[in-house]
Amino acid sequence: MLEQTNRTVKSTFARRCKPLQFEDVVLEINGITLIHQINCTLEASGKTVVLGPNGAGKSLFLRLMTGLMEPTNGSITGGLEEQEGALTSYQDNGAPCMSLVFQNPIMLRRTAYENIAFVLRHHRVPKLEIAGKVAAALSIARLETRAQVPARRLSGGEQQRLALARTLIINPHALLLDEPTASLDPLSTSIVEDMIEQADGMGTKIVFVTHDIKQAKRMADDILFIHEGRVLAHKSKRDFFKDPGSKQAQAYLDGRVLEK
Amino acid sequence: MGDFAQAFQIAFNLLWSMDLELYSIVYLSLKVSISAVLISCAIGFVIGAALTVFRFPGRRFLLILFNALMGLPPVVVGLMVYMVLSRAGPLGVLGLLYTPTAMIVAQTVLITPLVAALSAQVLQELHLEYDEFFRSLQLSAREKLMALLWEGRFGLVTVGLAGFGRAISEVGAVMIVGGNINHMTRIMTTAIALETSKGTLALALALGIILIVISLLVNTSVALIRAKAREAIYA
Repeated sequence: MLEQTNRTVKSTFARRCKPLQFEDVVLEINGITLIHQINCTLEASGKTVVLGPNGAGKSLFLRLMTGLMEPTNGSITGGLEEQEGALTSYQDNGAPCMSLVFQNPIMLRRTAYENIAFVLRHHRVPKLEIAGKVAAALSIARLETRAQVPARRLSGGEQQRLALARTLIINPHALLLDEPTASLDPLSTSIVEDMIEQADGMGTKIVFVTHDIKQAKRMADDILFIHEGRVLAHKSKRDFFKDPGSKQAQAYLDGRVLEK
Repeated sequence: MGDFAQAFQIAFNLLWSMDLELYSIVYLSLKVSISAVLISCAIGFVIGAALTVFRFPGRRFLLILFNALMGLPPVVVGLMVYMVLSRAGPLGVLGLLYTPTAMIVAQTVLITPLVAALSAQVLQELHLEYDEFFRSLQLSAREKLMALLWEGRFGLVTVGLAGFGRAISEVGAVMIVGGNINHMTRIMTTAIALETSKGTLALALALGIILIVISLLVNTSVALIRAKAREAIYA
């Protein structure tokens, strides 16, 4: 029954949010090409895991998607409606369609409660609703008892959970995560994964950068492999782990040094 | 040496007996400097935040200019404000020269660049940290500005206190535009200068002691605020 409800919600969101299309996307900085003509389509729902070695361009890929960086050439279209940069589209409440959770969580110099309330106030959520919404978000992140602690005094895992709760509270259509569980302990990793699964259950598109192959196997619906700014593979999880499609991807999975 | 000892004794008597003349001078000094600091902070914080958030031609020049104006000589500020407020000046019709208001204007002109430059330094570091986060939330420039001012609140309070320290200890500008008129525009620094030149050291010493105590209080406040900010990792 729950599965059916989730599917209904997913399809509703999928109708609202178009697939994200990268067409000949190139990014150059100071004359150096960091992203080479990426062409790919990410479905409007499901969990896409982005794999690739350090410096491959995975974080740049996420930043291009959210509009934090503009491509030098090509276009990124999709999201809520046709657009030049994904961040130019908004939900009805003015919240961006896509939200990015950074590898190192950026905490405001306020309490955990106020970090979430800040986002709600920014999106003009009525004052009377804020306390209830913040409490619910803190509960999902299992931070109920830490509400009044200055956010920057929380542990790394708690900060990451708070950052994720703060992002999810605006119900983004797409949630982009840049190595959200890097350097987290197993408990925090498990809580973060639960939160991501819940968001996926609500129909939020997940794009997730990780170096953890086991995590990719656990969580991915499809896998995108980036190497030296190029997308070398974009396949379903089963297909990717059966046949990564390139010697670089195979070497990455085997933990070998990648060839240039 | 005996004269100095006697001067100190009279000075302490003045302080202890709550001498009306002494404390009226202290009251006016605090009133002028606190007013100037509040106005300077209202202007300087916004300038500092605007220089941090907005990108426009000439921004770098303005940053250099405000940094340079931090060391503006008080007598030059006094001269400029005097020219503006004197009868022949553009605002002469207001009749503000030799009033506490003129002194507030002079101190405001003197410390606004300091407040703007220091607050820009405080806020630029925060802006580097929060830029992507604010952009990902789609904050407008005004919202960014307000959020940065709040995130930098502890640093900005210490900037305000630094401005107060400069204002309360300044003598050149207020002497020129205030005229050091007894019971009207005489403040601690101008009174010290006058009493010393007259050779009546007791009142000058009493005022000097109060100035030093104020300076200590300001610096202690800065240290306490920094400690509190560090404790909450708000710094």
